[in-house]
Amino acid sequence: MMTVDAVGLEERAADLAKRSIKKHAKIHGLRIAIACIDLTGLEGKDTPGRVAQLCRKALTPDSRDPTLPHVAAVCVYPSLVSAAKKALEGSDVKVASVATAFPSGQSSIAVKIEETKEAVADGADEIDMVIDRGAFHAGRFREVRSEIEAVKQACGPAALKVILETGELGTYDNVRRASQLAMEAGADFIKTSTGKIAPAATLPVALVMLQAARDFERRTGRRVGVKVAGGIRAAKQALQYLVIVKETCGDDWLSPAWFRIGASSLLNDILMQLWKERTGAYQSDEYFTKD
Amino acid sequence: MTEARKTKAAIRPANGRLAMTTPADLARIEAWEYAPAPEARDYLAIQPRYELFIGGRWRKPKSGRHFTTINPATEETIAEIAEADAADVDRAVGAARAAYDKYWRRCPPAHRAKYLFRIARAIAERSRELAVLESVDGGKPIKEARDFDVPLAAQHFFYYAGWADKLEWAFPNTRPRPLGVAAQIIPWNFPLLMAAWKIAPALACGNTVVLKPAETTPLTALRLAEIIEQADLPPGVVNIITGSGATGAALAGHRGVDKVAFTGSTEVGKEIARACAGTSKRLTLELGGKAANIVFDDAPLEQAVEGIVNGIFFNQGHVCCAGSRLLVQESVHDVVAELLHRRMQTLRVGDPLDKNTDVGAINSAAQLRKIEELAQSGDADGCTRFQTECDLPARGFWYRPTFFTGVSMSHRIAQEEIFGPVLSVLTFRTPDEAVEKANNTPYGLSAGVWTDKGSKNFKIASQLRAGVVWSNTFNKFDPSSPFGGYRESGFGREGGIHGLLPYIEARP
Repeated sequence: MMTVDAVGLEERAADLAKRSIKKHAKIHGLRIAIACIDLTGLEGKDTPGRVAQLCRKALTPDSRDPTLPHVAAVCVYPSLVSAAKKALEGSDVKVASVATAFPSGQSSIAVKIEETKEAVADGADEIDMVIDRGAFHAGRFREVRSEIEAVKQACGPAALKVILETGELGTYDNVRRASQLAMEAGADFIKTSTGKIAPAATLPVALVMLQAARDFERRTGRRVGVKVAGGIRAAKQALQYLVIVKETCGDDWLSPAWFRIGASSLLNDILMQLWKERTGAYQSDEYFTKD
Repeated sequence: MTEARKTKAAIRPANGRLAMTTPADLARIEAWEYAPAPEARDYLAIQPRYELFIGGRWRKPKSGRHFTTINPATEETIAEIAEADAADVDRAVGAARAAYDKYWRRCPPAHRAKYLFRIARAIAERSRELAVLESVDGGKPIKEARDFDVPLAAQHFFYYAGWADKLEWAFPNTRPRPLGVAAQIIPWNFPLLMAAWKIAPALACGNTVVLKPAETTPLTALRLAEIIEQADLPPGVVNIITGSGATGAALAGHRGVDKVAFTGSTEVGKEIARACAGTSKRLTLELGGKAANIVFDDAPLEQAVEGIVNGIFFNQGHVCCAGSRLLVQESVHDVVAELLHRRMQTLRVGDPLDKNTDVGAINSAAQLRKIEELAQSGDADGCTRFQTECDLPARGFWYRPTFFTGVSMSHRIAQEEIFGPVLSVLTFRTPDEAVEKANNTPYGLSAGVWTDKGSKNFKIASQLRAGVVWSNTFNKFDPSSPFGGYRESGFGREGGIHGLLPYIEARP
């Protein structure tokens, strides 16, 4: 397995974060970022009503600008999949559901599979599962892997995103190893974090995962996407992630097919930046709908 | 959903299933290109003509001649620069001698420190201006000038300011005394930084200075002269004279000089050593290199590739400690070459003032010719050439980042210093072979070792005959860390406590 030098990795990520993205590149980049968002509502107090509003925002991020793309997906708890599905009917916005005892992953495999099947039956296009970090740290890699394989099977036609919860993995070497393992087990996407623990996504972690995905494609011919999630609230951060994707994997990865950003408040910051580019001035946040 | 959106090409995953596609796939419609992000230069005042800075004043050259300095990225003339001849050198050395006798040797050490701190702060305050000037005059990317050259130059002045009144602590049981007048000749690859490396320790130890920057890159040294003027240094403590190699030869050969410090090519270094032989002049030389960057199969390869890129393409490879020979363990040669080639395609070559530029312009037409000639010898010797596929600007001096595989130790590109963005890739099988090949050069300035195995890293590093060995990194500098060569890479150290020694008489 390829090892990772933390100092060199963080240096490279910091270097890429310094790219100067201005003018039309900024506008173009922010539009790409919108198209890559998994608009996420993962609160205990979520209701069908709230999910319907979230979905409306996903379809029409900014009613004043109909040229903007819709987001890639709406990400909700399994119990709200049908509500989301209904709200998004007839559109191309996907419904993603977290599953497998999100966010801890601490339950039996039978429960995880059942939960996944139910979400898919309710209409989920994508499943965001968590890996068993306990098993990973205990060195039971085969167990982690077979669990992913089982959930993948339960997904049927739905795509599988595998959350590594990198904030709990401790080292970049572990991130690389977990990425490798998830891809080999059949993940369609590897994802940084649940967003429920800190640190969530970071630029160096994203870089390691993108390198792993790129190498996996080179070796096997199968392309696996990467999703970053947690703590990405500013448009500037989104652009930094896009830069890392572009310069690590290439331009053709800059698409919701291969790259996703799991976020909620990010969307409004992007809209605010786009209006700033258009008018030269920042508008009050009251001009942007809080759904 | 509009029809237009629906017709956007869907992307099929390799397994053929249309899973993760959304038609809101604007991303793929056109490649995301970075917009030009040029650093502003309109506020930067450059005089049409610069004279010599001697005895605290700007003096017309006795030679009556000026030469031009150009922007290597555009070939446009930037300014006319005075050419100092032997009479001008004599005047500068005289001014330095007078300042030494009159003020500087008597100046309390804490006051010397005060002046150095002042210069350091002024460099930091005017960092943007200095960075732009460095980039315009030398062709280096603004991000390197901004993030490396200028801050490090300021740090050197800060660092040696701290030593000025602590020399007796640095060299216990001695009475450290300055040498007198130091003649300092610096190269064109890091013009301001090299000036700082030279001037800061010399002044801290109580010497006065005549500095000659390189012919193609005099502007930041002249701006430093303005800073020194404004810092109110006693006149003549620092003199900055410009000119070609002849000026440098006259300066190094001047009888009134007590100490010569030269950074540049090994060829010129040898001439200077001959000129100084048999005189009482103290000499330090920092010359060429052909550093080995050794990558073992257990290295963190992604980061090693970054280190290789940094080692050879930083500052267009115009770096004496560049990692210009990649020694890679044969078992990982192919994967390293592939990763390197892929990574090289993302290098942005072009306008040095663009904040996103990674590789700027070659410093001069003459240097470009030398690089081309040596690279062609690599082709002729049957090595395989790989390059960054990119458009180059129509005007200016440019060379694509390049590496050669299939290189043997006996090839010219494995032996001679190219001083450009051209890497030679060689293979080895065992650690002993790596060490043997790394040391098999007349040079010995720097080296890199890449392995995740700590014990191996230390063992290899201790066997390399090089002044600096970087472990799992490359091109790292700090004012507190000494830098200098073995063998034909020169002698004497710059930076750290060691960097004081060449400017001091430390006897009881």
